[in-house]
Amino acid sequence: MSPDHLIWISLALPLLAVGLIVLFGKSPDLRDGASGTVAGLLLIVVASLSIGVFSGKRPEWHLGEMLPGFEIAFRVEPLGMLFALVASGLWILTTAYAVGYMRGHHEIHQTRFFACFAIAIFAALSAAFSANLFTLFVAYEVMTISTYPLVTHHGTDEAKRGGRIYLGILLSTSIAFFMLAIVWTWSLAGTLDFQLGGILSTAVAENRISQTGLGVLIGLFTFGIGKAALMPFHRWLPAAMVAPTPVSALLHAVAVVKVGVFSVMKVCVYIFGLELLRETGVSLYLAYVAGFTLVVASLVAMTKDNLKARLAYSTIGQLAYITLGAMLATPNSVIGGGMHIAMHAVGKITLFFCAGAIYVAAHKKNISDMEGLGRKMPFTFAAFLIASVSIIGLPPGGGAWSKWFLALGTVETHQYLLTAALMVSSLLNIAYLVPIPMRAFMKPSKSEDESESETGNWFSNMQEAPAMCVVPLCVTAIGSVVLFFAAQWIYQALLPITAMPS
Amino acid sequence: MIDAIFAHLPILLIVLPLMAAPCCVLVGNGRAAYLLALVVSFAAFACSVAMLGETLQHHVVRYELGNWSPPYGIEYRVDIFSGFVMAFVSGIGAIVLVYAPLSVRDEIPASKHYLFYATYLLCMTGLLGMCVTGDLFNVFVFLEISSLSSYALISLGRTRRAPLAAFQYLILGSIGATFILIGIGLLYQMTGTLNMADIAARVPHEHGPRTVLVAFAFLTVGLCVKMAVFPLHTWLPNAYTYAPSVVTCFIAATATKVSVYAFVRLIFGIITPGFAFDVLPLDTELMLFSLVGIFIASIAAIYQNNVKRLLAYSSVAQIGYMLLGISMATPTGLSAGIVHMFNHALIKGGLFMVAGCFALRLGSVQLSDWKGAGRTMPLTAIAWAIGGLALIGVPMTAGFISKWLLLTSAFETGRWPIAVLMLVSSLLAVVYVWKVVETLFFSEPSEAAAGATEAPLRMLIPTYLLIGATLLFGVWTPYSAGIARQAAIVLLGGTP
Amino acid sequence: MTFESIAGLYNYWVVIFLMMTGFYIVLARKNLIKSVIGLNIFQTSVFLLYITMGKVEHGTAPIVPPAIAEQQSHASHGVGENAHAAIEHADEAHEVVHEVAHEVALTVADHGGELAHASTEIIYSNPLPSVLMLTAIVVGIATTALALALVVRIREDYGTVDEELILELDRGE
Repeated sequence: MSPDHLIWISLALPLLAVGLIVLFGKSPDLRDGASGTVAGLLLIVVASLSIGVFSGKRPEWHLGEMLPGFEIAFRVEPLGMLFALVASGLWILTTAYAVGYMRGHHEIHQTRFFACFAIAIFAALSAAFSANLFTLFVAYEVMTISTYPLVTHHGTDEAKRGGRIYLGILLSTSIAFFMLAIVWTWSLAGTLDFQLGGILSTAVAENRISQTGLGVLIGLFTFGIGKAALMPFHRWLPAAMVAPTPVSALLHAVAVVKVGVFSVMKVCVYIFGLELLRETGVSLYLAYVAGFTLVVASLVAMTKDNLKARLAYSTIGQLAYITLGAMLATPNSVIGGGMHIAMHAVGKITLFFCAGAIYVAAHKKNISDMEGLGRKMPFTFAAFLIASVSIIGLPPGGGAWSKWFLALGTVETHQYLLTAALMVSSLLNIAYLVPIPMRAFMKPSKSEDESESETGNWFSNMQEAPAMCVVPLCVTAIGSVVLFFAAQWIYQALLPITAMPS
Repeated sequence: MIDAIFAHLPILLIVLPLMAAPCCVLVGNGRAAYLLALVVSFAAFACSVAMLGETLQHHVVRYELGNWSPPYGIEYRVDIFSGFVMAFVSGIGAIVLVYAPLSVRDEIPASKHYLFYATYLLCMTGLLGMCVTGDLFNVFVFLEISSLSSYALISLGRTRRAPLAAFQYLILGSIGATFILIGIGLLYQMTGTLNMADIAARVPHEHGPRTVLVAFAFLTVGLCVKMAVFPLHTWLPNAYTYAPSVVTCFIAATATKVSVYAFVRLIFGIITPGFAFDVLPLDTELMLFSLVGIFIASIAAIYQNNVKRLLAYSSVAQIGYMLLGISMATPTGLSAGIVHMFNHALIKGGLFMVAGCFALRLGSVQLSDWKGAGRTMPLTAIAWAIGGLALIGVPMTAGFISKWLLLTSAFETGRWPIAVLMLVSSLLAVVYVWKVVETLFFSEPSEAAAGATEAPLRMLIPTYLLIGATLLFGVWTPYSAGIARQAAIVLLGGTP
Repeated sequence: MTFESIAGLYNYWVVIFLMMTGFYIVLARKNLIKSVIGLNIFQTSVFLLYITMGKVEHGTAPIVPPAIAEQQSHASHGVGENAHAAIEHADEAHEVVHEVAHEVALTVADHGGELAHASTEIIYSNPLPSVLMLTAIVVGIATTALALALVVRIREDYGTVDEELILELDRGE
């Protein structure tokens, strides 16, 4: 099948899933089965698409003009392909996990939940494959709206408050800044197509925009893409943690936040062009904002006792790594940023899965209550440890490579302050992640039923979450190690985006 | 036979509802009157769609009333712009009628039903007439037909405040109409003709004498009252709030839009944009008033607890967006203004229909009574959410299309501060829309909401027709933005 | 501006005086009935404005005297006939008609029909504004009727026609 067809098939599959989920809403088994099957099919389609893309093909599919001159079109390039692979791959695991979690928890409105979920995946893929800013923006907003019901799933006052912050920040930054930046770009370049080397160089050469103007424009983009959670527009992410854990896992480790940083990278690479950014240095101040964000977010994470809140702030910090890479605009830093999209996604989803599994099995949300829990849930906490290693950036976790390239980027551009920020942040990562599994394994449990749990062999003492929860998190933990060895392959795949336009 | 009908389409469009109105009174029976009105409104819709098709082919369709050639006789003159406005006005008029019976039965005493439908048809006649005619005095007459009938319709509201709101509207509306009459008189004095195209050819443009200036001023102010441009909007919130739900749906979706139509006609068809915007600084003033209006009305909307009043203030703000586009006077800007007339008619019509559904089931349009209604009336509540998103201008909805066009036109003309202010103002829409969404979905159900059942299908289907249309025209625009662009080009003197 | 030109425009002064009076009453009076009366005065001033502009100096009512009408139909079919014929064949001679039509309209408006009939030399006033005002008067009556009907209903519901008292009653609710 030609790659062009694969694009629309991969976009149609999540929508098909929405249809099936709503259709089978009455019988949960059929519904969840359909959802999982479609997710599997999607991965196959996306994977076969990726073979062509990574060997240099650029399949395209044009849906049509929404307005004269503004087209909904898709064109797959390596960065988007990588993102699509990550998103569709993790969708399967999350579906399996969500089934276990939602049933274990007897959550309400499961049909609505899975339907919105599939729409969010659809939006993620549309954004990944988008051929121009217009399409990207539409997909971005569809994702914001479709995830709102997920965030407010519980319908409590807390959920309402969280949803308000979530929607408020994401919608207002995207309308007030992102949309403005897009139209501004359009008025400068006359097109919104993503092109290697950027589309603004003519406007700059003709002096239609000053250096300051460029700086403001890229600022509008970076802050306007609120999903990248750059400070001070990061508050939505912790607020969104009121959602059920599978939502936090997929959406706030993979789909939503990664759409954010992915868009930032895409804007830097295909709208501004790395060369333009390097020559003018207009994006450097944003690199410092990102550096500030990653240190401060790590510091804040240390103060959080609620596990999901800690992970949320950790995510903010890790996203800033990717933004930092994009803003430095050297080949190494951009590849590092792109890699980190994948590495962090796999690592962070594991951590969220673990948080959910702990909640399902032991009903514990706070880190201080988890001491000694490691003996009851060895798989979960082992996975947690492995994923932490990857997030921190230590071998053999995948994160080691991405952080290495990012650090290279800071050194290449002689921004040693940023190098220092990266290092400090990595130390802080260790400080806020590693103690969690350590204390779970080492410290004795505080609970009273300890005496009985000490008897018998370790296996019979296990009180793990349902298998549907534990298996996915083990898979992703292994995945984050596998990525360490697959880094060369990702590097090769991403190399074309740093090339000069020929 | 078909040819004969086609040749007389413009007059049929007026005569059908005009004649049907007294027939409604004569039959004197609510149900029969309703059926007649329904058939006639759909016939009018068919006529106007046919005519829009004609104009898309031939650009202009002329019809000489009584075979008197212009400028002596009254000429009906339909171009793409008027065809477009007529099509959506009559279309929404028809859909609102489908929606009407249950709501009317609930809100209006049975003895007045036939009169209600008669007045409704008259109002539609007036609105369509304003679009179809090429004669300036005729515009005034049709304006008064539509206004007088809308005063009467508004006064039918349930509460005792309805007649008062109608009375206040009547006073302000009549002053506006009289201003328009003065303006028409002065223009006639200068040119000796009432035919709009003829006036345009004769009015001295460059440094027009004071009479033309004064005429233009009177016409502008008069139309601004009718359009409810801030600060001349004071009649609108009360009128929309206290009118029966069906009336609000219809008037909110169409009446102000037709006044905007007349205003565009005045600037681009009679006085040239060169005179209005270059000789006179009307564009800056319009932009100023529009922006101030957008902000103040949106902020006012945020503080409303009556949902109909909230929507009314939002309407005042939305008029500002239309005027912003029009005052750009570029093809993109003008088409943004025109397409927003259409999109907003769909969105606001749909939202007021939702309000009508809740009013029927919950007996109130106070936000406190809507609490938790999303649980017992999910379909209605979802319609609100979709319509609200369109009002904000989220992609994939019609509101986004108009907002995007407005933005691009602001950048095209180098007015980026306006683009910034516009975007900031749409954040205010997020606040007032979401306030209602949260009340619907996240509050403990109020007494009324707990016992409510889903709105009847006969009301839900037309509601979803309009709400669905906002989604459709959010992704597929050849027949909204496409036609609007053609209309704009014709208005600016080009050929599409 | 000399005194003569000011005095010569006395009819316009009357119009403006009435217009302002009416406008003031509408805006300032809180009694609903009085606002309606103010609106009427306001509208009437506009009627006068139109009628005054239709009047041509030394012009007579635009009715052809019977004697002349008879004479005309017998003798020259003149301008009127020509124009009529031209209108009939509007399709072929559209441009011509337009020109002739404008000529006639303008002359009637501006000079009171010098061209009308050289033989008769009667100057007529412009009938069109008066005709327009017939329509406007009808509209005005309809408005007044509707306004009064509304006032009756308001009075039934509130027991007063004073706007301030009504607003107070509403606030008390």
